[in-house]
Amino acid sequence: MVSSRLTPYYFLAPAILATAAIVLYPVASTLWMSFHDFVLYRPFDVPFTGLRNYERLLADEAFWISLWNSFVWVGLAVGLQFALGMTAALILNESFAFRSLARALVVVPWALPSVIIGLMFTWVYDYNLGLLNDILLRFGFIKSPVAWLADPDIALYAVIVALVWQGFPFFAVIILAGLQAIPGDLHEAAEIDGATRLQRFRHVVWPGLKGVILTALLLRTIWVANSLDVILVMTGGGPGYATHTLPLYAFLRAYSGMEFGYGSALAVVLTLFLISVAAFYVRRTMREAFR
Amino acid sequence: MIDRRSRTQRFFEIELPAAILIVIALAPYAWMAITSIKPTADIARFPVVYWPDEPTLIHYADLLARTTFPKNLLDSFIVAVSACALGLGLSVPAAYAFSRFGFFGRRFLMTQFLTINMFPIVLMIIPLFVAMRSLGLLDTVPGVVLGHATFAIPFAIWMLTSYLNGIPKELDEAAMVDGASRVQTIVKILLPLAAPGIVSTGIYIFVASWNEYLFAMMLSGQNVRTVTVALQMFIGEYTIQWGLLTAGGTLVALPVTLLFLFVQRHLIGGLTAGAVKS
Repeated sequence: MVSSRLTPYYFLAPAILATAAIVLYPVASTLWMSFHDFVLYRPFDVPFTGLRNYERLLADEAFWISLWNSFVWVGLAVGLQFALGMTAALILNESFAFRSLARALVVVPWALPSVIIGLMFTWVYDYNLGLLNDILLRFGFIKSPVAWLADPDIALYAVIVALVWQGFPFFAVIILAGLQAIPGDLHEAAEIDGATRLQRFRHVVWPGLKGVILTALLLRTIWVANSLDVILVMTGGGPGYATHTLPLYAFLRAYSGMEFGYGSALAVVLTLFLISVAAFYVRRTMREAFR
Repeated sequence: MIDRRSRTQRFFEIELPAAILIVIALAPYAWMAITSIKPTADIARFPVVYWPDEPTLIHYADLLARTTFPKNLLDSFIVAVSACALGLGLSVPAAYAFSRFGFFGRRFLMTQFLTINMFPIVLMIIPLFVAMRSLGLLDTVPGVVLGHATFAIPFAIWMLTSYLNGIPKELDEAAMVDGASRVQTIVKILLPLAAPGIVSTGIYIFVASWNEYLFAMMLSGQNVRTVTVALQMFIGEYTIQWGLLTAGGTLVALPVTLLFLFVQRHLIGGLTAGAVKS
């Protein structure tokens, strides 16, 4: 076989170059910008300001609100996606007449663009004409319509519901794959030994699923923490700062405010929060892939 | 395993929850589709009209005749197909290298591609905007395509590598012993065998590009505007015209939903990347 030691690098070069240009260069550039006062309308006057952007951030009330909202956002969205996904997986793992249909249809929310999800839920939440207010009024759960997206105490949770809907199929599908990988004779053995269904879940199913669930949780935490398009479409971060999360705030400061330096600093802070989760995920995945 | 549950018990413990699950998964989408075929008068009525007496396609006709939507659909299609082609063109060779060679830095590079996938897009979008502007790529197809293709590369490489690893190395070795060149081996032996994996990855890139919003929004303008960006603008522009908006949403969602259903099995294998042992 005629093959130089450089051959694999030739095959890799285009992908590496593209990634370096479109991903690595911008990341490095953002890091650089975060130490400068970069404003788009004067691109040639970019004074170095050291850590001033980061100092500003500590005194910025909107930053602290966004940070807290981000924790609520990630905690609730990932937690509920997992709970609903786990329930769905356990149901879909049973045998029933329309199982393959159910398995296919449950994936639909995952396929939809975030913009459409935002649009759909905005319509369902509509104050005057929305389906949700209609149903709740009809059954007497509420006395008057609720402004789901305009009430600062409710808006964040209303958006989280949309995100839970979008993300639960991911958990359902991955946990289902994990369930199917557990050998059936383990179940039988446990049943013969007189284990109840709850005991079987705890001692047979759970140990087999732990690894899969941890990986899925890590991956999803990163995605949810980074995602901002559903919020952007549904509320644009409002009312006030009620639905601001860290990536959204970074984006708004940079895009609407044209304050690239400050927006960059916010993006860098978000990344710092995620690095440990990402590192944990990468280490696990590499260990699995190279076993 | 013998199921000792009675029929009624099975109905309440399995079939009913499964049916509820399907309703949860489809309800918002179904509601959007139903709204899109309601006459405007029905949409504006409260309490809500659940099903129109006279379903209509007027909103679809309006959308295609009166707005920029047909052009946006075309833009999205061109961008997604090009991103798919470019993305595959970059990631198939890379996956080939990862799968067929042992070389210095292999593990390191695979780790890098996995790590890159974790970067927040807000972290890249500002410098990309500045760079694209100075290169004159703002509001052009190549600009958006370049971004979408590259964002998809890391995942595509991982997915393709695991697929190629499933094809025995002995096959290409045998072909090369028989005198085939490396290029011949790849084109005649490996690519046809890897076709299902490549098609799935291609569909993944297509769907990801079709659905993407943030980057397309930053880079688009009068000339190039993908459907997600256009739809979001319609929300501001046609605030109360829910017929138009829901018709647009239904149209945009349909092709990707079908493609995704078709490809999901392979996607999941790539996503978990070894997390599920089977």
